[in-house]
Amino acid sequence: MYKHILLAADGSENAIRAAKEAIKIATCFDGMIEVVYVADFEKSKSDVLHSSSSEALELQRRKKIAPVEQLLREANVTYKVKILRGTPGPEIVRYANEQQVELVVIGSRGLNGLQEMVLGSVSHKVMKRVNCPALIVK
Amino acid sequence: MQSLKQQWFGNVRGDILSGIVVALALIPEAIAFSIIAGVDPMVGLYASFIIAVIIAFAGGRPGMISAATGAMALVIAPLVRDYGLQYLFAATILTGFIQILLGILKIAKLMKFIPNAVMLGFVNSLAILIFMAQVPHFIGISTMTYVFVALTLILVYTLPRFIKVIPAPLIAIVLLSVIAIYSGVELRTIGDLGTITQTLPTFIIPDVPFNLETLRIILPVSISLAIVGLLESLLTSQIVDDMTGTESNKNREARGQGIANVINGFFGGMAGCAMIGQSVINVKSGGRGRLSTLIAGLFLIFLIMVLGELVVKIPMPVLVGIMVMVSIGTFDWSSFKYLVKAPRTDAIVMLTTVVIVVWTHDLSKGVIAGVILSAVFFVVKISSVKIKQEGNRYFVSGQLFFASTDSFVDYFKYNEINRTKIQLDFSNCRIWDESGVGALVKVQELLREKGIDVDVAELDAPSKELVSKLQGI
Repeated sequence: MYKHILLAADGSENAIRAAKEAIKIATCFDGMIEVVYVADFEKSKSDVLHSSSSEALELQRRKKIAPVEQLLREANVTYKVKILRGTPGPEIVRYANEQQVELVVIGSRGLNGLQEMVLGSVSHKVMKRVNCPALIVK
Repeated sequence: MQSLKQQWFGNVRGDILSGIVVALALIPEAIAFSIIAGVDPMVGLYASFIIAVIIAFAGGRPGMISAATGAMALVIAPLVRDYGLQYLFAATILTGFIQILLGILKIAKLMKFIPNAVMLGFVNSLAILIFMAQVPHFIGISTMTYVFVALTLILVYTLPRFIKVIPAPLIAIVLLSVIAIYSGVELRTIGDLGTITQTLPTFIIPDVPFNLETLRIILPVSISLAIVGLLESLLTSQIVDDMTGTESNKNREARGQGIANVINGFFGGMAGCAMIGQSVINVKSGGRGRLSTLIAGLFLIFLIMVLGELVVKIPMPVLVGIMVMVSIGTFDWSSFKYLVKAPRTDAIVMLTTVVIVVWTHDLSKGVIAGVILSAVFFVVKISSVKIKQEGNRYFVSGQLFFASTDSFVDYFKYNEINRTKIQLDFSNCRIWDESGVGALVKVQELLREKGIDVDVAELDAPSKELVSKLQGI
């Protein structure tokens, strides 16, 4: 039974595909989806410099997950949104394990291809370290 | 906001570890910034120790790291060159008092009026100046100098992928110093540029004449330092706020910076402020509370007491490599995209700020110029009123005030209107002052003279109130 599903969202196409799969599972089990977005430590300086206020920055981050939220609303799935701060991979793992979610759904590739080449993919790291099953969506 | 106890002891383990990491990362920077300022490394090291310790108690943003910084060193350099060290201490103390005063006057509110374009110009020109300050230390000295700068850069960018706990610059320093010493390569060292004394700072009264002449020399520098220090500190506190998802007391931070600089000056340190790079390192290493800042300061001075004689053996090219890394990290690389995508005027403000700073070597001058320029652009932008005609309805949009009345009046003065009755729609226009009301009255009379009947429609409540109040007189 997957009652509590964590959906990692980063504003990318893959996250939207991941959302669609998460919805399928959630509707099967009548589960709740928790949409998690990680505000990356590395981008904090640039984000602050390019936004006019902390409220504007918060809005920009909410906007990144807006397409996913819309899908969830249309599918009539119970969901909540959580914005975390840290390094995306480890932060998602920490939160998933702490909240004891039953399934993690994550897109296979985020926004930054170059970073992934150098640092390895976030989804791979998450899959290896979470205590629950993980679904990586292509 | 958290309780004071929470701010100190809410994260003891994380704070101690991150404080140690920051202390290690601070040493090369404090030395390099001393060299930029043209003072002995001890001046920057003492400053970093004292500021960090005082800010731990007096600051408004727990977890933020303050010490000797590049931005302040750049402002300090000309003063030290022309008048010497004692004037620097006096200027540092005065800077502190100005910052305390600004903090009491709630300077943080004013920060909101500094546009993004100016802040981007600030960090970018800071990065450029830090880089430029390194050039004399590696161009045209020797081939080995280039080799060691390159090796340092390779190490600091590749090591973090494998070793996450110890700061990469520190590993680079230790490794390359050992290689340089045992291979006997001819390289300039920190010892060639200054001395390290293994003593704690002591209380001093700056040895300057206490007269107006001294004040004339240090006041302009102190004002610049106060502005630059507060700007970088408040920017850094916003970044730490964002990273930790918490809030901080910006005015308390401003006062704290001031208190730290006053004490710092009396103990032979150079003026400092918060550091973006080190604060990010602190938060990433798990630091959240005041304890992390205190530990950073204490551990830094402990290391200097113990390892002082080794520090002078560090080769200059390694320090230069680390500073190149710092300048690359300080630069906002998305600014290039910003130049293309942002409104023209914002791009011009950013470039102007950078050019003026690089030209004058004074960050405060660039910031002031940038703020004035963007204020001018803002007034120009909002001081044009647009009018659109649909049938006999004229839609006015914009802000009607003393600077925009001309464009409003001129439209009706110079455009042929072949109607006997028109309506002015004010639903997208607000009247702000006497000049605005005057312009409206003038237009009404102008049209009446031409035999056109005018009806003013859709005035919003504040505008209506203003019109009836002023016309009633």
